[in-house]
Amino acid sequence: MCTTCGCGSDQVHVDGTILHQHDHDYSGSRRAHVHEHGVSDVGESRRVRIERAVLAKNDRYAQTNRQLLAEHGILMLNLVSSPGSGKTTLLVETIRALQSDLSIAVIEGDQQTDQDAMRVRATGVQALQINTGKGCHLDAHMVGHAIQRLDLQENSALFIENVGNLVCPAGFDLGEAHKVVILSVTEGEDKPLKYPDMFRAADLMLLNKCDLLPYLSFDVCRVIEYAHRVNPSLQIIQVSATLGTGMPAWFDWIKRSHHCAVKAKRAIVSTQHASD
Amino acid sequence: MHELSLAENMLQIIEESAAEQGFIRVKTVWVEIGQLSCVEKDALRFCFSTVVDGTVAQQAVLEIIDIPGRCRCVQCGCEAAISTLYDACPNCGCYATDVIRGNEIRISEMEVE
Repeated sequence: MCTTCGCGSDQVHVDGTILHQHDHDYSGSRRAHVHEHGVSDVGESRRVRIERAVLAKNDRYAQTNRQLLAEHGILMLNLVSSPGSGKTTLLVETIRALQSDLSIAVIEGDQQTDQDAMRVRATGVQALQINTGKGCHLDAHMVGHAIQRLDLQENSALFIENVGNLVCPAGFDLGEAHKVVILSVTEGEDKPLKYPDMFRAADLMLLNKCDLLPYLSFDVCRVIEYAHRVNPSLQIIQVSATLGTGMPAWFDWIKRSHHCAVKAKRAIVSTQHASD
Repeated sequence: MHELSLAENMLQIIEESAAEQGFIRVKTVWVEIGQLSCVEKDALRFCFSTVVDGTVAQQAVLEIIDIPGRCRCVQCGCEAAISTLYDACPNCGCYATDVIRGNEIRISEMEVE
């Protein structure tokens, strides 16, 4: 991350262009570093209290995103999973089912390529690709830039398909209403215990590829039990994105969440009117 | 490898503090890492040593303070030590617990000159 303005490194690309390009002003500590060589042992050691959360800046960006989206009644969902869980297929099928009733946009996060964004654009909705380069997760600052670039409609839905990774995205609040973790039945029942942070951070788990269960020794009861050990309030829906099984329950969940976002916007607007 | 992002965020806090408080060299950084915070300490040390190269913190020693996990049971209200997010309450066996300590990733103090 750039230490001057806090923007992502020049490894980060949004739809092929570098997220931020600007001259770095090294007048701060790096000049001090030069100083260090010239003047040795000048100062006296002292202790300074800092007490600052390392991710405080990310959390402030996330809060800005959240507030902006709330004011426009936009539901933002952060889809997280390991690579190969079927996230993109699930997202494309979700868009196809809901796009006639709901304006939808997508932010795609991948280290490289815009293949997922192209798959999403084929449905006709807006999709912005963020390539994180060597980065293993999206952060709230990248998402804030993407929100600015998208032409988001009032009362719409914005899906983030995070970088495929069950570890790193767990700690980064993007300003989403909910994290939705997708686990496929080809991955093994013990994933919630192996990667508890992600399952703790999520509000909903979609158990995908359930059409393959007859061919696997995957124990659905066990994965649900493990997931609830980590997060007893985690909601779980069993789906097959390719066959459509269980998908209506997921669509209903989105509609309910979207309804909450629109209702919250009305409350904000009426509060603003009352204070005018 | 989100430890790289964490190290970059730490450096940013250090550089902001250097500008605010006028120090030119950081000798020691104390960072609190909670047991439940999903941070690999060795990876953080490695990433920190990489990102501070050429900065005020180039020679800084990173001292990691381990913060043990602690939870409050939603069912019985008892507080207990936990080492993972899926530990049950030792009093009643319930898994519904609120983490009250152990999530920290925080720079607490620095020795500077």
